Amino acid sequence: MADARLRRAFGGRRPSGALLGVVPFFAYVTVFLVIPTLVVVFGAFVGHDGGLTLANVRALGNPAVTSALWHSVILSAVTAVAGAVIGAVLAYAVSTGRPDGILKRFITSLSGVLAQFGGVALAFAFLATFSAEGYLTKLLTSAGLNSNGGLWLYEWNQGLMLVYLYFQIPLMLIVFLPAVEGLKPQWREAAETLGGSTFVYWRKVAGPILLPSFIGGLLLLFTNAFSAYATAAALVSQGSPLLPLAIGNTLSSEVVLGQENVGKAMALEMVVVVAIVMTAYVLLDRRASRWLVR
Amino acid sequence: MSAARGQRAAFRRRQDLFRWVVVTVVVLFFLAPLAGSLDFTTRDAGGHRSTQTWSTLLDVGAISSRYPDLQTGFLASAGLAVLTPAIMLLLLVPTMTWVRLRVPGASRLVEFLCLLPLTVPAIVLVVGLTPVYAWVTYFLGESTIWLAFAYVVLVLPYAYRSLDAGLRAIDVRTLSEAARSLGAGWLTVMVRVILPNVRTAVLSASFLAVALTLGEFTIASLFSRTNLQVAMYLLGKSDAQISVAVGLAFLVFSFVVLFALSFAGGQRGAVAPLARLRRPRKEPS
Repeated sequence: MADARLRRAFGGRRPSGALLGVVPFFAYVTVFLVIPTLVVVFGAFVGHDGGLTLANVRALGNPAVTSALWHSVILSAVTAVAGAVIGAVLAYAVSTGRPDGILKRFITSLSGVLAQFGGVALAFAFLATFSAEGYLTKLLTSAGLNSNGGLWLYEWNQGLMLVYLYFQIPLMLIVFLPAVEGLKPQWREAAETLGGSTFVYWRKVAGPILLPSFIGGLLLLFTNAFSAYATAAALVSQGSPLLPLAIGNTLSSEVVLGQENVGKAMALEMVVVVAIVMTAYVLLDRRASRWLVR
Repeated sequence: MSAARGQRAAFRRRQDLFRWVVVTVVVLFFLAPLAGSLDFTTRDAGGHRSTQTWSTLLDVGAISSRYPDLQTGFLASAGLAVLTPAIMLLLLVPTMTWVRLRVPGASRLVEFLCLLPLTVPAIVLVVGLTPVYAWVTYFLGESTIWLAFAYVVLVLPYAYRSLDAGLRAIDVRTLSEAARSLGAGWLTVMVRVILPNVRTAVLSASFLAVALTLGEFTIASLFSRTNLQVAMYLLGKSDAQISVAVGLAFLVFSFVVLFALSFAGGQRGAVAPLARLRRPRKEPS
């Protein structure tokens, strides 16, 4: 199979000894990437008796699955928008400082770590802080601001959003900082010389230049939240309000027969969403990189 | 003249104020859970201050006898952090160089395959890898270390972008032809000519692979293997304080490493994989 594909890549020319050099790579990728992808794509259309069926895809219409997808989309969209806006403002603030200053080094290093800090450790850190015993909860309770004792943390549309923001903002800073640093001071001076105010500068010069980068960052944040599993898994112990959790559930529970392939259908659904967003990102990034020349 | 200068100064002051306000607010948000963790790990059962948790963490003997999961997970993750970048480099560097030199027609296909994992989240990869890992377990046994095969796939896009940028910056063809005409074999070309020239790219790709490996939870947990993250998750149920302390120590350690690297001329944003997806900048024309 890999062979036929290779030959096609060479426009039907006879494979020579040079091809041997790429065999290990293609073999590895076939086993660990292409086969798993095909397993998901075809598994979605196979019933538990082994025959072709649309039952798994139809099962995606179940209220439990549609609500999981819906929750995932909302959670990702909200944290992507909020993370992108806050991260972009932070990036701009950092870019106004000295280019090699301590502040910038500190913020970029911190963001580099925090963007990766998702998962179990992050969930536990938030539990330690905001759960019923956490110090911020106690602080808020004593100030009379808190009524339900930290239970909000486990809700997908409250606590999880806050936790996701914790890795979305740093990611936006890292992705967006090169774009704001690409703004040349001469552009602002030119706008001022021609009598433009700060508002006009942002509206007519900086805004349009940064927009593709901003939306690109937003899309990246969306897929980042949409595919995240670990943080939610460590925080939510009951039910599966999000699509990744629902997929994980079909793998670990052996209660319902044939549930496995419904999991593959859900996985396929996820791939479709991510693929659409990622394609849009790649197109936008090409547009954005035009202004990144320095 | 002086009016204009006054205006500039006022603008500067406003910008400085804006910067400090924004940075302070966001950093406070970043620090809140960390302060929460520190507070949580320095309390004893009665709610008094105690350094019990941290002194246990520093005592290797106590850790291995009282928290065997943590020891297993730590060792497994350490092994994975070596094996994953090793396989990744062995697979990518020769292939990418070879494709440039001898089979340029395959470059689009290689790029497509390397970027494909971007559309396949880890949780989806687990679903598809289940039958493949049944074979891996059959041939190689059940050790956690074989998760490295899956981790290589996860790092593929980011490593590809790093190495591609590195290889683009040097003239692979001329360098290898020069070496070949002086009598070097392909192995010598690879090890003594190409590798030293792309060492920055190799380092940053390996760094990414290590960071991704140490933070991975999804695949390990769903395949029931114990790596560092899974160990922390398991511990969180029995002894949350130790688990939170490990997480915090890990974070502080990574931050110190990165902060130090930023002074050593390290590349910005080197640890955040998604940030490395940006296309390499074009040279000004």
